[in-house]
Amino acid sequence: MTQYIIRRLLLSIPVVFGILFVTFALARIIPGDPCKAILGEKATQEVCERFNREHGLDKPIPVQFVNYVRDIARGDFGESLRYSRPVVIIIIERLPTTIELSLAALFLAVLIGIPLGLISAIKQNSPVDLFTMFLANIGVSMPVYWLGLLLAYTFALLLKDTPFWLPPAGRLSPALTATPFYEVFGWEVEPNTFKYYVYHFISNMYILNSLIVRDWEVLKDALKHLILPATALSTIPMAIIARMTRSSMLEVLRQDYIRAARAKGLRVHWVILKHAFRNALIPVVTIIGLQVGLLFSGAVLTETIFSFAGVGSMLYEAITARDYPVVQGFTVVIALIYVFANLSVDILYVFIDPRIRLE
Amino acid sequence: MTTTTAEATATRIRATSPWQLALRRLLHHRSGLVGGGIILFLIFVAIFAPVLAPYDPNAVLIDVEPGIQRRQKPCIHLLGCPPDQPQHIMGIDGNFRDVFSRVIYGTRVSLFIGFTTVSVAIVAGTILGAVAGYVGGWVDNLIMRFMDVLLAFPSLLLAIAIVTFLGRGLQNALLAIAIVSTPVYARVVRASVLSIKEREYVQAARALGASHLLILTKHILPNALPPLIVQATLGIATAILDAAALSFLGLGAQPPLAEWGSMLGEERNQVFTAPHLVFFPGLAIMITVLAFNLLGDALRDALDPRLHQR
Repeated sequence: MTQYIIRRLLLSIPVVFGILFVTFALARIIPGDPCKAILGEKATQEVCERFNREHGLDKPIPVQFVNYVRDIARGDFGESLRYSRPVVIIIIERLPTTIELSLAALFLAVLIGIPLGLISAIKQNSPVDLFTMFLANIGVSMPVYWLGLLLAYTFALLLKDTPFWLPPAGRLSPALTATPFYEVFGWEVEPNTFKYYVYHFISNMYILNSLIVRDWEVLKDALKHLILPATALSTIPMAIIARMTRSSMLEVLRQDYIRAARAKGLRVHWVILKHAFRNALIPVVTIIGLQVGLLFSGAVLTETIFSFAGVGSMLYEAITARDYPVVQGFTVVIALIYVFANLSVDILYVFIDPRIRLE
Repeated sequence: MTTTTAEATATRIRATSPWQLALRRLLHHRSGLVGGGIILFLIFVAIFAPVLAPYDPNAVLIDVEPGIQRRQKPCIHLLGCPPDQPQHIMGIDGNFRDVFSRVIYGTRVSLFIGFTTVSVAIVAGTILGAVAGYVGGWVDNLIMRFMDVLLAFPSLLLAIAIVTFLGRGLQNALLAIAIVSTPVYARVVRASVLSIKEREYVQAARALGASHLLILTKHILPNALPPLIVQATLGIATAILDAAALSFLGLGAQPPLAEWGSMLGEERNQVFTAPHLVFFPGLAIMITVLAFNLLGDALRDALDPRLHQR
């Protein structure tokens, strides 16, 4: 088992280098002189020479690549052109929001997607099955941002003055503030230290923070703000999970051991839950792991719609402002998270499927 | 005389090729027929857009129709809109243009995007996959590891990054989407090539002195066609969806081009005051993508013989 995990870890090293190579290459496809493209009108001959020297652009490409990898290994993703702040700090500030949103969306997708797929498989070809699969098809075909806008319109405007009203933008109502837990507990932290960023990271997940400090009012408000974006973001993963659960269940239900279990006289729902579902879960877990990438790229669109201050909306701002280092840094980080998520799923397999341990 | 006999034999023993079987299965696939029907309709709309659209998609109607209002609500005569008002089924946008005409012309853009990106990606993917599978060794390793790396990115994110650095515009967006969708085709083709290249008939062709190119194009690649067709149909759906997302973010189609994603992006802040400007382009995207997804799923069912042995 340890061997399997180690092998899997080693296999992801070339992929990580590949990701670094591609993101490095990105900065080289800017048409024309990168200095002029990045600095715009400020780029005089002198400024450009200094810019190239500072960014190592006067060195040979292989040297530049080695420097790039070294910088990233140190957590140095360059500096935002727009804010003149290190990209890594911006990521630390923005990432918790996106993680919170993605987890909420994934939670919804699993919570609704798996039962839908199960029911569809058990009642194959019934009206329930046809309807669910029709919905799933619509779910994967819908632009996330369109659904987001329609949800905002419906819940924030049409259902105004009803109990179903939901806020269309932001993470908290203006009247409320989510006081970080370390301030509530009166813990002293030096700014700009590692500990500070860890605390900052945790406290920026409003749901988690309000749970820690038991501020139910903030919790309720933050959840209310989270529902619409999380719903919009969850549709595609939900549809994919439902479809996968259905086909995987159908596959398993045809197996001999299911017939054997039924022949033994076990109850139908017992067989379905205990024998079939557990085996059908394996491909579903893979698919869930693969959704992480979708969630993060979907977050670019969803966060933009709902003015959610996460990496997605930051990426959108950076695209609009041509803030190249931010786009590059965010791409690296999100791709690495994606690789890490897939790796975790592969390792999780060992625990779900004992057959892998024997290999 | 001989021809008539041959014809008679041909009518008696009707040979059914796997393609005919697949077609027959497809014609019995309900959702596939729906998808295919919608696609035919969309192609029709795209071809006859100038006839179907009541206005030019870029015509600013402020001088043409007195009393026209910015972001005017849809006016449909059948639904009680006063007949003295000019009819605008989907309303007027922020630049005094007829939304219905723009949505119709948008069909052209989206189908064009879907077909071109997938064609480019198929050609690139087929060449890379075929070379990797056929040559093997370090060439295979090099090509496929690079494809793995491209697949290690969430595709929309990589496309966003590529267009940001390459410069915005429809052409670069198409290129970016083609690049990020190439690995899938390379994988499909490589897998087929690997499973076929050691077959006896391929060895026979080689023994007869056929060149590598001939073996690849004549004997191996036709067998890779069924999975490629399925992947391409589903790929068109993804390409249209991704291109619309890029345009929505302002990276793809640039104004005044009538592209559904950018129409949505331009008016997204007006969703509370003029929801029709958001609703119709999005609906058009959804229907188009849904049609290709339905057809793709049906083609998979029809072309994959394994699914029919059960």
